[in-house]
Amino acid sequence: MTARDTVLGRIRAALADVPADEAVGDAPVPRDYRRSHAEADEVGLFAERVADYRARVVQATPERARATIAGLLAGSDVRTLVVPPGFPPELVPEGPWRRLEEPLEPGDLEAADTVLTTCRAGIAVTGTIVLDAGPGQGRRALTLLPDHHLCVVRAEQIVADVPDAVALLDPGRPLTFVSGPSATSDIELDRVEGVHGPRSLDVVIVREEPHV
Amino acid sequence: MSPDSGTNVVWLGSPGFPEAARTALGDPQLRRNLRKATATIRDKRLAVTGELDDWEQLREAGAATKRHTLRHLDRYLLRLEDSVTKAGGVVHWAADAAGANRIVTDLVRATGEAEVVKVKSMATQEIGLNEALEQAGIRAYETDLAELIVQLGDDRPSHILVPAIHRNRAEIREIFQREMGAWGRPAPDGLTDEPRALAEAARLHLRDKFLRAKVAVSGANFAIAETGTVGVVESEGNGRMCLTLPETLITVMGIEKVLPRWQDLEVFLQLLPRSSTGERMNPYTSTWRGVTPGDGPQAFHLVLLDNGRTATLADTVGRQALACIRCSACLNVCPVYERTGGHAYGSVYPGPIGAILTPQLVGVEHAATLPFASTLCGACYDACPVKINIPEVLTHLRAEVVEAKRAKRRVPGAEALAMKAATAVLASPRRLSVAQKAAALGGRLVSRKDVIGPLPGPLHAWTDARDTPAPPTESFRAWWQRTHPTGADS
Repeated sequence: MTARDTVLGRIRAALADVPADEAVGDAPVPRDYRRSHAEADEVGLFAERVADYRARVVQATPERARATIAGLLAGSDVRTLVVPPGFPPELVPEGPWRRLEEPLEPGDLEAADTVLTTCRAGIAVTGTIVLDAGPGQGRRALTLLPDHHLCVVRAEQIVADVPDAVALLDPGRPLTFVSGPSATSDIELDRVEGVHGPRSLDVVIVREEPHV
Repeated sequence: MSPDSGTNVVWLGSPGFPEAARTALGDPQLRRNLRKATATIRDKRLAVTGELDDWEQLREAGAATKRHTLRHLDRYLLRLEDSVTKAGGVVHWAADAAGANRIVTDLVRATGEAEVVKVKSMATQEIGLNEALEQAGIRAYETDLAELIVQLGDDRPSHILVPAIHRNRAEIREIFQREMGAWGRPAPDGLTDEPRALAEAARLHLRDKFLRAKVAVSGANFAIAETGTVGVVESEGNGRMCLTLPETLITVMGIEKVLPRWQDLEVFLQLLPRSSTGERMNPYTSTWRGVTPGDGPQAFHLVLLDNGRTATLADTVGRQALACIRCSACLNVCPVYERTGGHAYGSVYPGPIGAILTPQLVGVEHAATLPFASTLCGACYDACPVKINIPEVLTHLRAEVVEAKRAKRRVPGAEALAMKAATAVLASPRRLSVAQKAAALGGRLVSRKDVIGPLPGPLHAWTDARDTPAPPTESFRAWWQRTHPTGADS
């Protein structure tokens, strides 16, 4: 008898009280919770909630996006910049930094200052960015090893709340939900930003008419 | 099941809860650390759960999802096995801790590696995986900051979410300075006890371990049956390091962690972060399905662990303990936990959830004091995001402990004799009246200032920890008969 048979046999014996003909749909899960906790201005709420995690949030028009990114990179004293495949070329600014592209070894990524990416979605209520390793985001290691992550979020990518995001995402892709820079509360439950993941997170929201 | 097959579900040689609690209560530093930490996290949790006016509906949805999943657990596990296998993962089944440890050890050996990096995981702690790997000559590095503190300090975890909650910053600095050098990169010179500096020391210490590691071991917060997607919820990024950089990933997951549908995450990704760290969302959540070419580990193993869970499932009252999502909100609100800390529970699962989970995983006879480690105040039930009725299970298990003791004893104990006598007395008005008169007389003999303090003999077990008011000189029934001589009392 395999361990698999043992465990399944024990489960079936343990569930002797469950009627054999009880169907999965017999007790539907009550889903009368809200689809969203967001107020009308979802982009504004997203900006506010991301900033609550002590990330830097800037809004820019499509025309100003490239210059805004350039300003953030210059302000962070960036020398090496990782740009994943598929990142919109018109958004990559010129500057004193050396641009790194795949294929990259972990050592290259570890030594890089900044990674510049797009994202799959933003969640307004929780201030979350979701990466799905799609174009402009790169494989997961790219957004993990550099100490500074600059993420470009288009306003129309921002959904109101968690249920909308879950419905949008593909469970078959490797997903990373990012809510602020890495943090720990393990020492006296004091929140400290910056442990193993990127210690600083910049978010540029690209929007036709930014509310500044 | 014997307790040693469950390894760390109960720590062998640990005293019972009352004795361990007495030691903990005598440690003022520990009590200060715990009071500060639990008060902080309680306030944060209340603030973010209060933001959602449908919190109760979310809890109900979470509870219903778990209830339903457990009733069809075999079906959902088979579905999960199928989805993970189709996505290039390998599913293993383990009936107990020894089986799971053997599977993981063999998998690591097959890679030829002698070290693994670990994501914080209750399941692997429960089965004593680190100890098992060590016996096989494989070194396991804990990478969560609190787990690192516990590992370096040769200590035991005392909280589900923050295992080093019993340590303050000064103690952590001392452990880092003393121990880091023996495990790898030493602590930086001039390390202060600022949390920021301590986190930086951990970052530096673990960095080359992450870059070097070929094998990682993780737990899982959930696995979706219909899609085969597995997820880890974390804060520091150590989880992302382990889930992304190594070539082989081995995930050990309790069988109760399966969820039916991808959509179910919309509930649990709201309930879990707000209940556990008191944040709208934790910094990082990673999900993956099988292996993804060119991204992350190219070998993925999922170990499904029973280790007493099916025994818990068989108890129709106690089975709700398997709904637990390990948020630890119940620990933070518990007046008993706040005063004793986690070590007194003698298990990797402390606090109210531990008091109902541990005895069920190993059998009540191996953790007989835990169902009594509670005042039954119910704060844990109110805080639980999946509405586990912990007080209900506690009283249910208390009855089981009494039954188990009675079954083992040939001669009834003092408590059983007292209960038997009480039954006889309460069954007859005449006997009750005689007993009340005797009690009034006896009470006056042993009481001081109308309070009965510690008594000698078998009664001390009750009276040592409690003051009992002396019985009144006259019972209500006697007073009624005296003042209403023509009354209808019959």
